[in-house]
Amino acid sequence: MIYIDNLSKTYDTPHGRFAALTGISLDIQKGEVFGIIGPSGAGKSTLVQCINLLEKPDSGTIRIGDQELTGLGEAALRRERRRIGMIFQHFNLLSRRTVYGNVALPLEIAGVPQAQIRPRVEHLLGLVGLAHLSDRYPSQISGGQKQRVGIARALANEPDVLLSDEATSALDPETTHSILALLRDINRKTGITVVMITHQMEVVREICDRVAVLSQGKAVEVGRTLDVFSTPEHDVTRGMVSAATASDLTDATLEAVRQTMQQATEQRPDQQQRLLRLSLSGLSDTGALLTGLAREFDMDIHLVQARVEDIQGVAVGTLFIRVSGTPEVLNRAVQSLAQRQIETVDIA
Amino acid sequence: MNSVTEFFSPLLHFFDRISPQMLELLRTSFMETLLMVGISAAVAVLVGIPLGVALVVTHRGALLECLSLNRVLGLVVNATRSVPFVILMVAIIPFTRWVAGTSIGTTAAIVPLAVAAIPFMARIAENAMREVDRGLITAARAMGASPLQIIVKVILPEALPGLVAATIVTVVSLIGYSAMAGAIGGGGLGDLGIRYGYQRFLPEVMLLVVLVLILLVQAVQSLGDWLVRRMSHR
Repeated sequence: MIYIDNLSKTYDTPHGRFAALTGISLDIQKGEVFGIIGPSGAGKSTLVQCINLLEKPDSGTIRIGDQELTGLGEAALRRERRRIGMIFQHFNLLSRRTVYGNVALPLEIAGVPQAQIRPRVEHLLGLVGLAHLSDRYPSQISGGQKQRVGIARALANEPDVLLSDEATSALDPETTHSILALLRDINRKTGITVVMITHQMEVVREICDRVAVLSQGKAVEVGRTLDVFSTPEHDVTRGMVSAATASDLTDATLEAVRQTMQQATEQRPDQQQRLLRLSLSGLSDTGALLTGLAREFDMDIHLVQARVEDIQGVAVGTLFIRVSGTPEVLNRAVQSLAQRQIETVDIA
Repeated sequence: MNSVTEFFSPLLHFFDRISPQMLELLRTSFMETLLMVGISAAVAVLVGIPLGVALVVTHRGALLECLSLNRVLGLVVNATRSVPFVILMVAIIPFTRWVAGTSIGTTAAIVPLAVAAIPFMARIAENAMREVDRGLITAARAMGASPLQIIVKVILPEALPGLVAATIVTVVSLIGYSAMAGAIGGGGLGDLGIRYGYQRFLPEVMLLVVLVLILLVQAVQSLGDWLVRRMSHR
């Protein structure tokens, strides 16, 4: 649906040339929700603004469907932009237009006859659940409601593509969740292709089918969300995943656990004490992990610390467990974990 | 109670010396001021706002960036604003004569007032329009709006409260400038104050003129504030 080929963009700054994007190539398929994630300054916003050519790339091509956008004249480009809806971090609603007026704006711009505007706007406001607020001004509604207006406005001209530029970054977690659910719902119902720019991993995790990781203007990793986050290959991706899921034991915790293990060894010299770090990835078989272990092997399991995130139904994260049992039993248990693709490391 | 009345009685009787003829003169002068300010303000709005739009959209990084045009317009605006009004008035007499057919009288005074008010209006209108959130312009561009549509549907409506405030500032300044129109026989309240109040030693006339001007400016300002409050939805 969206074909980005070898896209590059540089800016001249007082400190010299700055390469915002270097050789980006992405194919975004029709009907998918595609995430573009990266730390701030990675070039995400530049990339999304290049897709509808609000920013002119230095080189490379953008094609949407059969239409190449790069190289179009201004008037033709304006027509093509009507097929691409866009929502923004700060909503960008006109303060002096009501909710109704804001949604009507793109229709007025496209020259839709007045008689057709009202039913269309009312339908859109119903779709985003704001029919009852149609006469309010943006200053009179909440952030989540403003973004719903933004979404209705972006969908006004029945676009094939919806670009979302950090659309949930200014919202609280609960509102973020409801906006993402709405986008997912619209995507499923209409088959619209959605491109989500974000720095929030939870956004990608929640709704993106595929994701591209952007770092310093380059797409360093592209693939199914699950694959990218469960087996991250690039440092930036790994950093993001570990920031969201992994956790290290603090020195104090580690010390306390060591003491407990020492005491346990003194009481039961026949039993071995081990502290394990289990890393769960998308490849791991996490079914009945802890109860399964306890049932299968004659050992005690104490949960020390865990941070596990659900990525589209798959658990990814880190568990610290203290286990005690005979050395042979513990060895067999660790082997069984390895067979289930759970990376297991002895910490103490 | 009596002492209070006695204390204020000189003040209360201050205006007793004003004759009905003088009141008639005051009325005429008031109408002349309204005429001069009204028409020149209307011209200032009609020419100044488009000029302000031109200044905004040709700015660096703006919708229709054109730095050379921006610089030329900025220079003309600044130059006109630099000339003291009294000098401007006499300096453009040939132009005034060409436009109004005469170089003296109320009609003739409207020309220099408008010429002075246009760049003034343009600058404050430019500032009001620059306050419009750039994100709104980005959003409109993303919708496929043309530059003209962005000006008409986004910049001007969003800046409207600011433009009304700018118009009020211009009108108030014009009321002040119009006092100098007497120099070319333009009449008006300021001229009345100078000729009767100052030159003929009639302090009651001077005071009356000043009071009327204060009330006029106050009324204009209140109307403007009320309009701005009604219009902005921030």
